[in-house]
Order: sequence, then C-alpha cells, then structure tokens
Amino acid sequence: MTSPLDAVKTAIDTVENDPILNISIFGAFVAVTLFIVIRASRNNKTAADYYAAGRSFTGPQNGFAISGDYLSAASFLGICGAIAVNGYDGFLYSIGFLVAWLVALLLVAELMRNTGKFTMADVLSFRLKQTPVRMAAAITTLAVCFFYLLAQMAGAGGLVSLLLGIHEQIGQSIVVAVVGVLMIVYVLIGGMKGTTWVQIVKAFLLIGGALVMTIWVLAINGFSINTLLESAVATSISDPADAILGPGLQYGKNPWDFISLAIALVFGTAGLPHVLMRFYTVPTAKEARRSVVWAIWLIGIFYLLTLVLGYGAAALVGPETIKNAPGGVNSAAPLLALALGGPFLLGFISAVAFATILAVVAGLTITAAASFAHDIYANVVKKGAVPPDGEVKVARRTVVVIGILAIIGGIGVQNQNVAFLVALAFAVAASANLPTIIYSLFWRRFTTRGAVWSMYGGLAAAIVLIVLSPVFWGTETSVFKNTGTAIWPLNNPGIISIPLGFFLGWLGSVVSRSDEDPRKAAEMEVRSLTGHGAEKAVVH
Amino acid sequence: MSNSPSTAPPGGIDYVAVEESPRFVELKTKHRSFVWPLTVVFLVWYFVYVLLSSFATDFMATRVSGDITVGLLLGLGQFVTTFGITMWYVWYANHRLDPIAAEIRDDLERQEGGA
Repeated sequence: MTSPLDAVKTAIDTVENDPILNISIFGAFVAVTLFIVIRASRNNKTAADYYAAGRSFTGPQNGFAISGDYLSAASFLGICGAIAVNGYDGFLYSIGFLVAWLVALLLVAELMRNTGKFTMADVLSFRLKQTPVRMAAAITTLAVCFFYLLAQMAGAGGLVSLLLGIHEQIGQSIVVAVVGVLMIVYVLIGGMKGTTWVQIVKAFLLIGGALVMTIWVLAINGFSINTLLESAVATSISDPADAILGPGLQYGKNPWDFISLAIALVFGTAGLPHVLMRFYTVPTAKEARRSVVWAIWLIGIFYLLTLVLGYGAAALVGPETIKNAPGGVNSAAPLLALALGGPFLLGFISAVAFATILAVVAGLTITAAASFAHDIYANVVKKGAVPPDGEVKVARRTVVVIGILAIIGGIGVQNQNVAFLVALAFAVAASANLPTIIYSLFWRRFTTRGAVWSMYGGLAAAIVLIVLSPVFWGTETSVFKNTGTAIWPLNNPGIISIPLGFFLGWLGSVVSRSDEDPRKAAEMEVRSLTGHGAEKAVVH
Repeated sequence: MSNSPSTAPPGGIDYVAVEESPRFVELKTKHRSFVWPLTVVFLVWYFVYVLLSSFATDFMATRVSGDITVGLLLGLGQFVTTFGITMWYVWYANHRLDPIAAEIRDDLERQEGGA
C-alpha cells in the first residue's frame, strides 16, 4: 500500500501532473467530438432536426446521452471527493440523484414525449393559455439553465488549476473562454444531434474510465468491500476513525439542511429542462421509456462505482492529502487515477472531467436557446407566425449570445463560492417546473392561473430563500463573508419552496372562475396516454 | 386540421368521447393505479432512509458484519429497489399498457384516415 501513496506524494510535491499530456488527451477528445459534430450536422434543416435531432435517436443512445447530461463534473468529482473525505454522507448524497429518476420514469417521460414538441412549455400550454404559460415556463427554464451553466463554467476554472496546473487568473480565464467557444461551435454546428453525440461519447468514456478504476481498486483490495472499507478506515482522519462508515460527518450539523436538499434532488431531476428536452430526441414514447431505463441503469451503476472510488481514494491517497491538494475534495478522483495508473490515467480522467463540462454546458445551451427561440420568440412575440427557418435562425443567434454570457459569467464568478448554484437549479426545477408538469398531466381542473402562480411563485420562493440563507450571509463560506445574519436558516430552499409551488398551483386553479377548454383537456389526456398524434421521427 | 361539424371537434376526432370510452378508461385506470401507489411507496422508502440517516445515525452506523454497516446496506437497498421498480414498470407497461394504447391509437388513426 505504500508505493502508490509515495507516488502521489512525490507527484504532488514536485510536478503535480503532466499538463502537456493532459492537454493532448483533451485535444484528442475535442478533435474526435468535433469530427462527429460536423458529420452529424449534415441534416440540420428543420426545427425538429435542430432542437430534437430529428427524433432519430434510439432509447439506449438517448439513455447514454441523458447520463452524459446528468453526470456533471460536480457529481463525478464532487461525490468521489465527498465519499473520500466524509465517507457515508457522500454516498447518501448520490442516492437522491438516482431515486429521482423514478419520478421521471413513472410520471413524466412518456407523457411528456407524447404531448410536446421541443420544450417543456409545449406540454404546459397544450390546454392552457399559450402566452402567459409559455412565458412563465420559458422564464423558469432560462433561470434553471442560467444557474446550472454558471456553476459549470465556474467549475471549469477550478478544474483547470487542478488538472492543467494553471494557477494564474488569466490562464484560467482563457480556458473558460476556450470551453465557451467550443460549446458555441458544438451547438451551432451540430445542433441537438451533435450535442447528443458529444454526450454519448463522454458518458461512455466517463463510465468506462470509472469502471476500470473501480476494478483496479477492488483488485488491490482482494475484491472485498470489507477490506476496502478497512483500509479506508485505517487512513481516516475523522474522529473516531470509523465515523466514515456511518452518516453524520457532512450533514450531521444540521440534518434539516440535508432533508431540504434531498427533497429538492428527488423532485428536481424530472423538472430539469435540459433533461426533459432529451425525451423529444427519440421517435416514440416507448423509446423515451427505454431511454430512462438505460439512464437509470447507467447512472445507478456509476454511483455504485463512485462508492468504491471514493473509499478507494480515501484508502490509497488519504483524506489528508486530498484536502491539501490544489483542488481540495474535487481532486480525489484525479489523485486516485494518478495513484493507480500514473500520469496517463490521470490525463485520461482529467480529459473526461473536461469533456463532462463541455457536454453539460452544450446541453444546457441548446435547451436555453430552444426555449428562447421556440417559446418566447416564435410563440409569444410572433404568435406562431414565423417562417420555417426563422425560429432556428433565432435559436442559433441565441446560442452565440448565451455562449458569450456564459464566458463572461464564468470568468466573473471565478474563485467565488458558487456551489449553491447547482442546488438552486434543482430547487427551482422542483418548485417551479415539476408541480406544473404533474398537475397539467394528471389534474383535469388545473388552470392557467394555477400554472402561472405555481411557476412564478416557486421560482421567486426558491431565489428569495437562497438570498436570505447562510449561503449569502453570516458564515465563513458565505457570499458576504461573516457579514450579517441569515434570516432563513437552511442552505437549501426546497423544504419550503417545493410545497409552496404545489400549493400555489392548487390555489390558483381553485380560485379561477373560468374552466379551461374541456375538449383540449380530453385531447391532451388521450394523446398523452396513447401517443396518438405525437410528433413523428423526421425521415431524411 | 379541418373544419368539422359539432359532433366531431377540430382534428376530426371527438376526444371527449374517446376519453369516456371504456377502453380508454381502462387504460387510464391501469396506468394511474400502477404509477401513483408505486410513486408513494418509493418516496416514503426514500424519505424514511433519509430521516434515518439524519436522526438515527447510531443505528445506521451499527456494524452488521466487519465494516459493513446498516446504513450501507439500506443505501444499497435504495439501488436495488430503484432497479427493481424500473424493471417492474417496464414489464407492466409493455404487457399491460402498450397493447391497449396501441389499440386505441390504431382506432384513432383509422378514424382520422376515414374522416
């Protein structure tokens, strides 16, 4: 057990890692994906091609792409690191991300696929009033995408210092700009088809890389989980050392904080707009179901792998070393790769981590662009009177604008603590999007007023509570360090804002005087369950 | 979309009638009576697990064998139930829901084609 440990120590003390090798592997990934994106772009003519990849992906392909979209750098590096340092609590965190998929599978995916075209707003405005509902849905979609995007771009800066050994502000800014430009190119040229392929390739590399490392770690420990846990306990720095085997190290101080987070995770996933949009890239509801099934297996297996990798990093690298590394807890997985396979495996895992950021930002960008062009421009501003290629033209321009905003934002928030943005994105998705989706699919008496109240109310509650929380005020890690006191005690708003979103949807509906068109409601119900009249695949 | 007489609303299909047809009512009942109870079950099981991890930390840290704790086993249990529910739903949808949905869909397509 001493030799890999020494190798890591030397690596950290001296060269840290080999930036040239890392950049070459990353460059190879970019070259391969660019080639795929350009090939995929040949048939990008209509809106269905551009936003929904011509609805031509199979369930398994889309399942890989969903996993690629979902397993962000935060979930790969963050969860591995959390398990390596805090043990059980990191594992506990990962379970919410998995169980959430059952909401998507049982209640949302197929019915959404059957009733919508490109965006979440298509489903919500099916039987409710177009303009107010689309506007609200587009605003919550853009808010979620923006929070998530900013978190990813900020993460890119941090990763750079860890993986490429670039510590200067200017160097990090350049890399953030490179990530932004690459993303614009992918989405602009490849549309949804190109973006999907980038996600498939990335998911394959990420899960494959994690699998190899897991088998490696298990082999070192005689394929015994117990031996692995014992070696993790042996290097543990917590008190007592075996505290990493049970809950409490990370969330023990304020359990309600974790409960609020758990609620947001489990209800947020099925309301994430970039996940919802993926259901439109397959030809039928049955394929949408298969995609979620594949995604559940891939994501579930991946989190099981991270459990081994996390404890493996604790055992082979040591929590002390991980905490003191340049990237803090995020460096657990890369350092484990270095300990196992030397600079080459480190380079590979680093490149995968970068690819992860690229794929996730590309998925978010096309979702935001589709929502702006399809919902706000084509249906609210132009009331549907747009020439066939006009919408896609606007979408492409939006991509460039979002890309530039993401670069500026990503550079602006560097070295700021923006980890809360991902939690906020999930909270908004769960408070503003999920209630309206569930109500409009399952509750006949849901009205336009209910939808609008629920979306704006859920969005506002989530943001206001975050701004009043310890994330912004009073603690060492707050945005305003050690200033003022938090009015709302929890870091996550979910426990209040999600029930509020559901409540407002109900309240708005029961106080509406006029009912919505019953024929539209009947049509929506028949279509959602049978798939009659659902958008077909594009035949080229 | 064609202009249509009062019996057949836009689209040529009287969706209200379809919605009230016994076949569709059966499909809807079968769908909802499967997904909702199951949703309640997995949510309750998940939040029981979360609450145990938050408030019964000593219980969760109890060792079952070697370094394997109750918490670890319950956590792995969440994976098992998630995979299990997924497979169960797919089987149910393929065998119990899809045939009825396909039947109604074919019927509607014939109506539209013949209208």
